[in-house]
Amino acid sequence: MYPTGPLYEPARGAGPAWTDPAGAARGYGPAPVLDVGAPPVRLVRRSGGRIVGGVAGGLADHLGLDVFTVRMVFVLLSALAGAGIVAYGLLWVFTPGGYDEQAPSPTERRQAIGLAMLGIGLAVAVSWLMNATVAAKVIAPIVVVAVGAALVWREYDIDGPRSLFGLPARPTVITWARIVSGITLVVLGLGVLVLARIDLGSLGSALIAVVVTLVGGGLLTVPLWLKMARALDAERAARIRNEEREEIASHLHDSVLQTLALIQRQAEDPHEVVRLARSQERELRRWLFEDTGPAHSSLAAALRTIAGEVEDQHGVKVTPVTVGDVTMDVTDSGDGLPKEHFTALLGATREAMVNAAKHAGVPTVDLFAEVEPHQVSVFVRDRGAGFDPAEVPGDRQGLAKSIRGRIERRGGRVEILSTPGRGTEVRLFMPRDDTGEAATDAGPSGADEGSQASGAGSDDGRDAPSGAATGSGARATREFASGTGH
Amino acid sequence: MTVRVFLVDDHAVFRSGVRAELSREADLEVVGEAGGVAEAIAGINSTEPDVVLLDVHMPDGGGVAVLSGIEEGPVCLALSVSDAAEDVIAVIRAGARGYVTKTISGAELADGIRRVAGGDAVFSPRLAGFVLDSFTGRSPVPEPPLDPELDSLTPRELEVLRLLARGYTYREIAETLFISVKTVETHASNVLRKTQQSNRNALTRWAHRRRID
Repeated sequence: MYPTGPLYEPARGAGPAWTDPAGAARGYGPAPVLDVGAPPVRLVRRSGGRIVGGVAGGLADHLGLDVFTVRMVFVLLSALAGAGIVAYGLLWVFTPGGYDEQAPSPTERRQAIGLAMLGIGLAVAVSWLMNATVAAKVIAPIVVVAVGAALVWREYDIDGPRSLFGLPARPTVITWARIVSGITLVVLGLGVLVLARIDLGSLGSALIAVVVTLVGGGLLTVPLWLKMARALDAERAARIRNEEREEIASHLHDSVLQTLALIQRQAEDPHEVVRLARSQERELRRWLFEDTGPAHSSLAAALRTIAGEVEDQHGVKVTPVTVGDVTMDVTDSGDGLPKEHFTALLGATREAMVNAAKHAGVPTVDLFAEVEPHQVSVFVRDRGAGFDPAEVPGDRQGLAKSIRGRIERRGGRVEILSTPGRGTEVRLFMPRDDTGEAATDAGPSGADEGSQASGAGSDDGRDAPSGAATGSGARATREFASGTGH
Repeated sequence: MTVRVFLVDDHAVFRSGVRAELSREADLEVVGEAGGVAEAIAGINSTEPDVVLLDVHMPDGGGVAVLSGIEEGPVCLALSVSDAAEDVIAVIRAGARGYVTKTISGAELADGIRRVAGGDAVFSPRLAGFVLDSFTGRSPVPEPPLDPELDSLTPRELEVLRLLARGYTYREIAETLFISVKTVETHASNVLRKTQQSNRNALTRWAHRRRID
């Protein structure tokens, strides 16, 4: 319900079972509370794992058998005057396609095609043995028709956008080859069946007759097709709207309603109420407005995520402000922030925020990040208790050392400023490439007290006098000088 | 001197909440409220308040429509749940002098109203971040000829803006930069003016979408 997961969890996880269309198609209802055994799987053909029509595979899944066994059964049945082939065809027509995606291995494919040809051969051979003329005039043509039909049906079975006549929207050469050869085989087979002889000469006129019939039939029924197409579109749109509404309803039910109920129960504890409300607000905002790409696609998004986690876990309010953005450079392409720099920066920022949440004693922590062409700067600031850096005993310097370690190891720079009673600011500067240390400070830290260790030559016309740190009135601000010495 | 405030928000519960909070402040007086654009324009023109608290997201054009419909006079402080850059910048370019989110406390809201009534700009850190991004971000489209006066910020203004984005109050900025609070306010007002009038791509993009200019 609340976003508590590892850093790079996708923002929107899978919903409950009944919003999962694949699960619904498989005949699953909502996940039962008591597991009384899995509900029976409806018979579906294999989609990704098919060789011809996926029938043998689907049957194997349904019955819990090995697919090879099922294929053998079909082969043996086809010896009975092609009964196996007919059975396969009928099952193909009347069984819906499934949603699996795993393609069969090349060996399986070879084996299955071999079995298919064996089946066809058996059908013809056995019927030849029984009665040669019937075999030649009936069984063989039927088999040819079946193969042709299978070739064409296969094209209609593939998932994806459809275009004219229900063909896949982007037909390849193979698609056309299959369709043309399929049509030819069907016509040839039917021709032989009807005309009782193979007459190549009349094949041409037979094909033309078929085309003319189809075109004529199509023209006559144009209004019917249009109406059907429109009805289909309207239905699809309504279905999509409905699915969207259901998804929104389920999301709201899971998150917002629950939080509102919790808030009512915790009404006595204002701190908890604020925490719950903020957490829910953040989550809803993210669901409504942001794309749900992987978290490493944006530094800004990653900072928001860890700020949210710190908010949830430590009960402070963190509002991240980011200027510019950069992606994690996973492929070493040169743009974006190298992966180690990215993770080091996030880790150090999180540590600084957690430290502020735990020790500052204030309800808010400010987080600001700016992405410039040559470096990324992050500022974590609180107006809390602060501390006097000079008086921190060596063994309590763990935080500073840890943050420094992460950042400086990557060539970055860290500044930690604090004044007792006035607050603490942690400044992190990370270079954007691997070549060196964060450039001498060009802008982001504004006119800090001038006591930083970076070179003085980088000032761009600032008025703040340098060296004003010592003795500027009542403020005793001290600073950990960066140790990288540049 | 009482500051007369007019509330515009289509969420009635929120309006009554703000009314209750502001009633605790002696120097602020709520002179009217409205839940829609037409109602708001009519109400503002007739009551002539000093400050208008304006919700950004409302039907029929939202806060931007109200800003373009009212006559000169009241200063507008935009108030919204949304934090999207386009909403924030659009409403500033339409004439608002500040932007705060609805989660701020009553005291901060009252303070913001007073500041805006006094002629200052109210910059939440988010707004400062968006403005900074607009002025320093690299545009993918070539920029129109830029007026150095209007379309870029002076180094000082950039510093002030960055500190605002980092969450510093005006007083803290004044201390950090060794200038007076009044100077900080002037810088902030200048930045606001430039945000409203600049021709930079990032800023005009929002304007086009809302059909302001």
